[in-house]
Order: sequence, then C-alpha cells, then structure tokens
Amino acid sequence: MEILVCARRVPDTSENEIQLNGAGNDIERDELVYSINEADNYAVEEALQIVTRVGGTVTVATVGGEDDEEILRREMAMGANHGVLISDEVFGGSDGRGIATILKGFVQKGHYDLILTGIQAEDGGAQVGGMLAALLDYPFASLVNSIEVLDGKKLKVSREIEGGNKEINEIDLPCVLSIQTGINEPRYVGMKGIRQVASLPIPTYGASDLGVDPGLVGEAGAKVKRVDYFVPPQGKGAEILHGSREENVDKVLELVTAKGGLK
Amino acid sequence: MVDIQSASQMTSWLVAGQTLFLTIHLLGVLCFAYIVAKRLVPLIRGQRDFRFDQPLIRLGRVLKFWLGQWKQPRYRLAGTLHIFIFAGFLLLAVRAFSVLIVGVSQNFVMPGLAGRAGPAYNIITDYAATIVFLCMVIAIIRRLIFKPARYAVPARYGKAHTADAIFLLSLIAILMMADSLFAAAKAAAQSQPGQSVETLAAFSLPWMLQRALVSASLPTLGTLYFGAYLVHELTFYFLLCYRPFGIQFHVETSLFNIYFAKLDREILKPVRYGVSDEHLDQVKSFGVKTFEDFTWKHMLDFYSCADCGRCSDNCPANAVGRPLSPRFITIKARDYSFQHYPVIGRAHNGTPLVGSKDSGSIYSADEIWSCTTCGACEEECPLLVEYIDKIVDLRRGMVDDGNVPQSLQKPLKALESRGNPYGKMEKKKADWANAKEFQQTCPVKTLGKSNGANTLYFVDSITSYDDRMQSIGRATAKILNHVGENFGILGAAERDSGHEVRRFGEETLFMTLRDHNVEAIRTSGVRRIVTADPHAFNALKHDYKDVPPVEHISQVIAREVKAGKIKFSPVENENSVYAYHDPCYLGRHNQIYDDPRDVLDAIPGLKRVEMKRCRDRSFCCGGGGLMLFYEPKEDQRMGVKRVQMAAEAGANVMVTACPFCMVNIEDAIKVAGLEGKMTAIDLTELVDQQIAREGPDLKFGLKKEEQAAESKECVVTSSNAQ
Repeated sequence: MEILVCARRVPDTSENEIQLNGAGNDIERDELVYSINEADNYAVEEALQIVTRVGGTVTVATVGGEDDEEILRREMAMGANHGVLISDEVFGGSDGRGIATILKGFVQKGHYDLILTGIQAEDGGAQVGGMLAALLDYPFASLVNSIEVLDGKKLKVSREIEGGNKEINEIDLPCVLSIQTGINEPRYVGMKGIRQVASLPIPTYGASDLGVDPGLVGEAGAKVKRVDYFVPPQGKGAEILHGSREENVDKVLELVTAKGGLK
Repeated sequence: MVDIQSASQMTSWLVAGQTLFLTIHLLGVLCFAYIVAKRLVPLIRGQRDFRFDQPLIRLGRVLKFWLGQWKQPRYRLAGTLHIFIFAGFLLLAVRAFSVLIVGVSQNFVMPGLAGRAGPAYNIITDYAATIVFLCMVIAIIRRLIFKPARYAVPARYGKAHTADAIFLLSLIAILMMADSLFAAAKAAAQSQPGQSVETLAAFSLPWMLQRALVSASLPTLGTLYFGAYLVHELTFYFLLCYRPFGIQFHVETSLFNIYFAKLDREILKPVRYGVSDEHLDQVKSFGVKTFEDFTWKHMLDFYSCADCGRCSDNCPANAVGRPLSPRFITIKARDYSFQHYPVIGRAHNGTPLVGSKDSGSIYSADEIWSCTTCGACEEECPLLVEYIDKIVDLRRGMVDDGNVPQSLQKPLKALESRGNPYGKMEKKKADWANAKEFQQTCPVKTLGKSNGANTLYFVDSITSYDDRMQSIGRATAKILNHVGENFGILGAAERDSGHEVRRFGEETLFMTLRDHNVEAIRTSGVRRIVTADPHAFNALKHDYKDVPPVEHISQVIAREVKAGKIKFSPVENENSVYAYHDPCYLGRHNQIYDDPRDVLDAIPGLKRVEMKRCRDRSFCCGGGGLMLFYEPKEDQRMGVKRVQMAAEAGANVMVTACPFCMVNIEDAIKVAGLEGKMTAIDLTELVDQQIAREGPDLKFGLKKEEQAAESKECVVTSSNAQ
C-alpha cells in the first residue's frame, strides 16, 4: 500500500514558554524549539505499521520552508521511505483551503492508496484533512483510532464517540483519514537515526511542479485571514493558584471538597 | 575379580581394571573436551572485548577474589561453607589426579610427594575430603530444610533449581565417600598382621571407614578397593562432563571469569570495543539485540554464574517487585545459550532477546528498563559477573530499534532540543542563582569571556530547574563562598550531564550533550570542577574525557572541615537522630563513603546511626535522572523501603548527598505516612545550616584575623537556609 502522510512542524508546547509578540498578532518565535505535530507523528507510526503488515511505502510530505526539512528527516529516521518538501514563495500565507489545494496538487502527481493526516495541528484548526478529501473527491474519516486493512480495496476504521463508545466504519480506498493520538505508541527516534539520514536528499516541489494555480493559494487565495491573536482574559470561575506545590495541593483539595467532589 | 594373595602390592588390585580405567579416562577427557569446545562456539561468535591487558593486576585479582574468596564472607554461613569446599577442592586436586593415574600406572607417585611430603599431604587430604563431605551434607540440609529465600525461583522464571542443586551436591558427596573408602580399604588391608601401617588422619572419614573395615577379609577389601575406585572414576568424569550443563560450570570458568573481569568498572562499556566515538556512525546496529551481540566475556559471565542468588537478594528492583532479577538475567541467557548452541546438533540463533515470550524472547522491555544501575548486584557477586554493562547494552539495542517507553520519549526529546529533560528554556538555567534576594547575600557569577574563575560549580538539570532542589544549589554556592572559593557556573551554556541518557542507552544523544559541555567547560578556563550531584560527578569523572579534575561537594566540605575553614554550630534539636543514606553514584560507584560521614560527625552534638544497609550495601532510593520519568511496574517504591529502613535504625532525619535521592526520599516519606516523623535533608543544606559564620564564636578558638576574614565572606540570611 502506498501511503502519504501530511505532516507539519509546530512549536513544541511542552518545551516552550509561549508568549505573544509585541505586535500582538502572533507568538514570540525567537527562542522556540519545534517538532513534528504530535498527531502527525502518530499518523506516520500508523503508516509504518500498516506497511509492515501489508507491504508498500510511506511518504511524508510537508508544506513549508527549509526549516521544515527537520521533521521530514526525523520521520525518515523513524522509517518513512521518502520525505518531500513542498515549498514555494507563493504558498506563504495560505489558509486551510490553500494548504489542501497545494496537497491536492502533490497527491495527483503520485499514486497513493491512503492519505493520513494528524487529527489537527497544535496551532491549527483541523481543516486540511477534510478539505483535501473533498478537493480530491475521496472518502474521509476523521478521529480515527484504529485501522485494519480488509483487502486491497477497503479499510475498517474506528473512532471514539464522546463518552467512550467506539464506532466502526468500512471505507473504500483511496481515502483520507485524520488520525487521533493514542492510536499506537510511536517508536522512539534516536539521535543516531537522525544522523544517518542527515545527508539523504529531500526533493522539493514548487507550485509549477505541482501544477497549482498561484491565484488559489497563498495570501492571494486566502479567504480566511487572522485578525487577532491574544491570551483570553481570565474568565469567571477560573482560579489560578500561585502558591508552592504543597500549598496548591492543599488548596485544590479544599476546593474540590468544598464543591462536593470529595466526601 | 582379582585374586588377592597378599596386601603387599595394594595397587595390583587395580591391575585387572587397567584397560577399563584407561577407556574411561580417554572417554571422559574426550567428552569433556568436546563439550567445552561446543561451549566456546558462541564466545567465538560474540563481540570483541579487550580483556588481555594488565596481566599482573589481573593475577592479583585472581589471588584476591578467586583464591582468596574475597566476597564470600559477605554471606556468613554460605560463604564459609564455600570457602571450605573451595579449599578442599584445591587440596584434593593433586590427590584426584594421582588416583586417576594410579588406575593405569599402578606404581605412580605424584612428583614431590615421594618423600616425607607424601604422608603429610595424605593426612591433609583425608581431612579435606571429610570437610567437603560434611559441607555437602550441610548444604543439602540447607537446601532441603532451611531453604534460604534467595534460592527460590519465582514462577515466572520457571521451576525450582533445588533438585539439580541436590543432585550435584550428592555427586560431590559420593566422590568424597568413594575417595575415602578407596584410602580406607587400602589402609585396612595394610593394618592386617605383618603389614607396614599407613597412618590415616584421626577422626577423618577415611579413618572412620578404615576402623569399620579392620576385620574385613583381604578379598572383601580388594573388592571394596576396586569398587571404590570405579565409583570414584565414574563420578569424577560424570561430574566433569555434567558441570558444563549447569551452575557447576563455574568450577572450571571462575578462574577465567575473574582473570578477565573488568578492571575499570566505573567506566561504562563503549558501544563497541575498538571503535572510537568518531567512527561510531559507521556502526550499523547499536547494543545487544541478539545473543551474539553480547561480548565473549559477557557470555563467559553467563557460564560462570553459580546461581547463588546474592545479586537478586540485594537488587532494589527485585525487592520492590519490579520485573527484574539480575540472577535471571544471567540464568535466562545461559539457558538460551545452551538451547541455541546445543552440544549435539547445529547452532540456531538470531531470536531477538527483548520482546514477547511467544516469539522466543527471553527478556521483557520492562525488565530491562527496571534497573536503576545502582550496582548492588555487581558489588555482591563473588564471581564478578557484570550486569550494568549488559543492561545498558540491551537498552542501546532497544533505543536503536525505537523501542522506548512513551514516558521516556518526551524527556529524551527535550534533552535533544533544550538540553534538559524538563524542556525548560536554556536561559532560565541560572534562575536559581539570580534571584535578587539570594544574589545580594551570595553572588554567583556566570562564567563568560570576561568572567573567569578557578572552579566551576557544575549544577546539572535537576538542581537548576526543580524548585525544591534549587535549595541544594544555593546551599552549595554558599558553602563554596564561605570557604573562599573563586567559582562560577556555566548558566545557559550548561547542558544536562547526560549521565542517565547514557545509561538509558541513548549513546548518540549523550555524546552530543557531553561534547557541548566539554567545549563549554574548556572555554570557561576553569581548573577544577565541583558538583553536588553524584550523577553529574560520575559522568564528569568517568564518562567525560579531557576535563579538569572533578570533586563532589562532600569531598570539598570534608577537606575544609579538616583544614579548619569550616566550623559548625552545635545542632539545636537534641531529639534529632541522623542517618546517612549513601547515594549509589557517590558510594558504590565512587567509593566515597567516609567524607560525608566525617562531615556529619564533625557537627557538635549530632547523633548519627547507621542503617543496616549502608555503605557498599546501600539500598537505592529509586534511581535518578530519566528514572524519575519512567513508570515502573512495582508493588512498592524503593524509597518507601529505604525510609522504613531509616526508621528501623532509629533515625528521624535522613541525610543524603544527591538531589535525586532527595526527590525519591521526600516522596517516600509522604507515601510511607512518615510525615512529621521523618525528614530528609541534603548534606549541603545541613552544612549550610550548621556553619558557624558570624560573630566572635570563641568556643571554636578563632583568632581575630580569622574572624575578620570570615566576616567578609558571604553572610547568610535564614530565608535561604533549609
């Protein structure tokens, strides 16, 4: 099975202190460290496991700039056969539909049976997977937390329903799935693995390579534009504890007990 | 049967058996040689391991640990029994060989035993055989009736080893009995009228048998003589050829195992012997994945294990019910080796060692991650079997295959991108020292181009970032300040020492961290390094190369106390009873046992007790570094066991000298429900609290100049003292 995983590089929320920039339209990016979007990493692991079971190859693609090669190499170190950087000046400022349009161009250049995305980017809105499926006219399943390959043409996928129930669906190939974290346990990628793929070539495709109309993507094509970015004011009922660990624990216990959570 | 006319030629009784005996000799020796050759096959296929250097030092260790049985008395009864058996075997070795040769060459006398030495040697060996025989009886009784807990085999590791042990002990007892009967029959014949009497050692086994046989007829004695010889011969060769199938193989391998034992135990095994760091990238596969990835010496370890159970008896992971028992790391590998390299048939190999049981793997991932590398097992092993290197090698293999628990992946990733397992910003590394209140009382400079110092205080991640442990950092800084040390820290330029990164098998990441730190340390131009973290201490001392000499703060304090630069005020609370907990990487791995104790004992009025498990038998608190992130399967926390030990010793203050011990012990005090009854304090915090700093404290005999000098140094407000 030929699998494409669309991945994205995001600021690592566990290793950064996110602060607003002076202009108030984005976060301060100077000292950030980045990594692959967590859900995308699960998608790559799932792709690798499917390929181990039924054969095939795994390609990881990202829309971005040179810096984003970092995550492609990491996923190649993990076991992906190919990494592809989709990069062009005209792509800058794309909205969700723009990204989906670019990816559609890439998908149509190859032959992929299965396209996986993470459920959502940590700094995004879970738009691209569904839109990509619609643009390609492929079936789409979201929030997938298990995949079983039935034959060459169908998958059995499941998703968790609010409250913990599971729903199982059959879906025809080719299709697009957005992958939920927790679907598997992604393997560790060590420094050694990353070093070993450090010099492998990573092909780059631009708008003209993919036959993407520059008018539909980038800032020119964007119909959704960010107008503000801010930390919401503290709402009613939310209380942030500022004491030492012990004091906080005592306070939490007191609060929970007071609200009847503990008897 | 031989026709016995007289006893004048005792050995003639054996003549008829010469052909039989010769056949048994040849078959026995051939069989043994064949089995040993087969046992050597995996060793030849194993990895390289340089153990051929320093022959004199190695011989010295053979004298100490093999001939001297150095570790044996650590277990009083079993050790004493073993020393007797071992000594008996050594004494009987010559006798056994002469007896074997007598079977084919009747008048043979071992060179050197022809004259007066002969009878003397005979008397000694009569006693030796008797003692070995008695030891076997005691050992069998122990195994059958007293059943020491450490010999038990938990169900998940298979069947009990008792039957095999008793079988082997009985064989040795039979050998001793046959040997004694052989001598007794001969002596009994000689004691008949008209014969020259050969003296047997009074009250020895042969002596008693001889007295029982005094009235027997010559033909009966002849039959007994022949029979005893045959039994001796058969038992001897059976044992010889049976030993390589089980725990008794150590009789043959122990000498070699100790000769080739690792000399520099504190230094972790490289990924591959003979491959430098620069060439490591060319090594395709890291660590141990299949049996053949072990080095030949590690395989020899498997053969040499005597199944005495002392490693697991001291293993903290085993004690709290983690799925790890060092004894079975070895036993399972040996069984694997015997099964996959059979004596008869072809070798078949290649099964991954770590994985599911169904696929033929012998270790589970949890088993391998459960080890805290505390070194208790290695400290105990009488045969110097190595464990930490094997565990680390198995982890290297797992890391290489991406098989790392999710709980460890986050901190490892953070170490890669931020240089600390918490994912904290580099620029905040020196925050603990830069807090305004603290800076005013005790300035700590961050080393840079224009800001040099003589000494580097290497803080490491936990002390830099953990709110609670920052107090250890501040106490350390104040102590260094007090003794007038010109010191500084690296601040943002300091990365995690990588001590656990390496011990968790991520060698390449460790090398990156190490190289960064070495560069930063060299650039700083310091001439010595001090740290309060034993893990950083061990890394800097043994894992790093080409850095200035490093000391643990307890060594510095002990020296300054001796030199009179540090004076203590008496302890205030008279009800406090202190117990010092030896951190593994300060004690067992670096033999620093006395300095922290000397410091404590220098504090006037401090009452100190020792826990039952102390010094080289200290019990790990639960492990440091990445071990804090690992979620083990266990019945109980190691730390809880440890604080209970302190309570048993009658202590109510646990002093340690390691930030990780502090994390584990403070948590354990809460879990054990000992809050209010037990507290924990770091040595640096206690010293900082007790240092007599200000005022003309004349009872310590300070002169005026000294007082003046002291008052210039950092004055402490109590807000920072713990």
